[in-house]
Amino acid sequence: MPKTTAYQATIEHISILDEHANFDSELGEGVMTDEQALHLYEHMVNCRELDEVAFKLQRSGRMGTYPQNKGQEAAAVGVALALQKGKDWIVPSYRENAALFMHGLPMHYILMYWMGDERGSQMPEGVNVTPLSVPIGTHMLHATGIAWAEKLRKTDGVAATFFGDGATSEGDFHEAMNFASTLKVGVVFIGQNNGWAISVPRSKQMNSETLCQKALAYGMPTVRVDGNDIYAVHYAAKEAVARARAGEGPTFIECVTYRLGDHTTADDARRYRDEQEVEAWRNRDPILRVRKYLTAKGSWDDARDEALKAKAKKIVAEVVDAAINVTSPETTDFFDDMYASLPEDLRRQRETMRTSSLGQDPSQVGLNSAAVGQAASVEGR
Amino acid sequence: MATLNLVQAITLTLQQAMQADERVILLGEDVGLNGGVFRVTDGLQAQFGEHRVVDTPLAESGIIGTAIGLAINGMRPIPEIQFEGFLGPAYDQIVNHAARYRNRTRGAIPVPLTIRVPVGGGIHAPELHSDSPETIYAHSPGIKVVYPTTPSDAKGLLTAAIRDPDPVIFFEPKKVYRSFREEVSEDDYEIEIGKAKVVNEGSDLTIVTWGASLFECLGAMDNAPDDVDIELIDLRTIFPMDIDTIAESVEKTGRCIVVHEAPLTGGMGAEVSARIQERCFLHLEAPVQRVTGFDTIMPFYKLENEYLVDAKRIGSAIAETLAY
Repeated sequence: MPKTTAYQATIEHISILDEHANFDSELGEGVMTDEQALHLYEHMVNCRELDEVAFKLQRSGRMGTYPQNKGQEAAAVGVALALQKGKDWIVPSYRENAALFMHGLPMHYILMYWMGDERGSQMPEGVNVTPLSVPIGTHMLHATGIAWAEKLRKTDGVAATFFGDGATSEGDFHEAMNFASTLKVGVVFIGQNNGWAISVPRSKQMNSETLCQKALAYGMPTVRVDGNDIYAVHYAAKEAVARARAGEGPTFIECVTYRLGDHTTADDARRYRDEQEVEAWRNRDPILRVRKYLTAKGSWDDARDEALKAKAKKIVAEVVDAAINVTSPETTDFFDDMYASLPEDLRRQRETMRTSSLGQDPSQVGLNSAAVGQAASVEGR
Repeated sequence: MATLNLVQAITLTLQQAMQADERVILLGEDVGLNGGVFRVTDGLQAQFGEHRVVDTPLAESGIIGTAIGLAINGMRPIPEIQFEGFLGPAYDQIVNHAARYRNRTRGAIPVPLTIRVPVGGGIHAPELHSDSPETIYAHSPGIKVVYPTTPSDAKGLLTAAIRDPDPVIFFEPKKVYRSFREEVSEDDYEIEIGKAKVVNEGSDLTIVTWGASLFECLGAMDNAPDDVDIELIDLRTIFPMDIDTIAESVEKTGRCIVVHEAPLTGGMGAEVSARIQERCFLHLEAPVQRVTGFDTIMPFYKLENEYLVDAKRIGSAIAETLAY
């Protein structure tokens, strides 16, 4: 038999609550309670409200560039629900705000971050979240290392890391996947395939039909889900987290989704995306279908929905206030956490940054009395 | 006390650090069963097990990136990059991630890790195995750059680096690895990062150097006339740089030569020289001179000794500086 099949694989796609709010009761059985679904719904609504307000803050000059999460909230909350707050880690990109909030990051930190304030990444004690990763794909290695530390300590914490379809072109993505799989550590890789890396579509990004295929290369369990379906995401995440916690290694979940907004407020997606495509995805909004489904089921109603949305507005208004009214950073703050203790030369630069052209102590640039005396005597000669 | 070469001193330090602190783990290419290509980690996997001395996949960015994650989650990783020429793929993780975490989280997420890297030329190695990139990392805020020369300094500085709460790149001059032995204390001791060492006291001229070039400087000093009294400083830490020790010396001697293997332009010699003119301008009797590698690609080994600084070039610089 000179020719045999050396390797063969299939990739499953999971959808439970579809865009028409049809629920697959067989697959969806026991995935989450209605109470949990409503909890995720509330987080998605809050996150969406924050997104809309953040956009206005940027447009009115009160905040810098901001990347809206709009449309991709389901992956964030579906995964976050599967993780234990304070025990597991979230290693995010920048379109998973809701997951971070669910794990204890104060909402105004996100606005502070995008308002150019490092204190937005000063994680409070017990919040196991790393800062947003603006460079693409570099943080997945950190997630792998974080999970590796759990394994070395024989603890069972899990690290979940989010990234986009474009990130799977980066070398660090592949190194993170290979290390995680080879070392068999508990990472859950969540690829948010929103079809676009700024202006470059998936078809120009890769010649792979799915992101999942890349996991096959690393011998890693993988599944593709409707990324706008909290049930499908959570179904896959629960399984992946259980596998990681049991010491059985990493999982790759591809969440098929779409960003309804521009890449960031500095982008204009109309330059490269077809309005019809966007419109089709608006109908697949992850928030709408949950509301529709739970309302039809009698677990939710319009009055409560109105109240929830009013509450979201109030929460976000407070969050904006908190971010805007935060005390100004001290000018010298950017020195203070360079190292655990400031080297002498940096201390000098810090203390004299406003009093010397070089950020040097005047006594160090020939202006101390001894040197001035010498200079005078040189002049006198 | 034991009589050890540089490799043995580093091995002993790693062994003691692993015994003292179970958070310390070693990771890198071939560091396990094989003991590393220079045998610096020889025997450590047998002693501490595969979980603490880990042969990783062959990917430098992966090694540093996962080490960052280990450090974030409470470990004290010591990754090895096999040769300095392979730092390239890890550059982003070192400079843009390890170096920045503490600052960008305003102290919430420190990254204590020690990156060991054999460095420099002179061992007839293949291409990209003989470079001197220390300045690149000294110019990258957030990391410390240590570059010891002697076995006993290496032991004290590596111990300090491993215990340091911030990322440290620990360069090991491979030409010195087995070139000599000296007495090294087996006791626990640290040498403070950021402190230079006056190897030889003198009053006529200061030479500032680090790494394997130190021995060329000693050779040049042997060849200098008997009445020339040279102060030799081993910088030991590239960043933060101990300008106080240098300035104190130059204020005394009025003349200074900086010697390093790395290329001339923008090398640490330029920084040392600039600091001296800021601090010691009125004490200078001659321009600060630099004896360094050239602004060329490090040649393959047939010509590497033509590139590397040697006692002869340093001797010329001594004569010129004294005659100025």
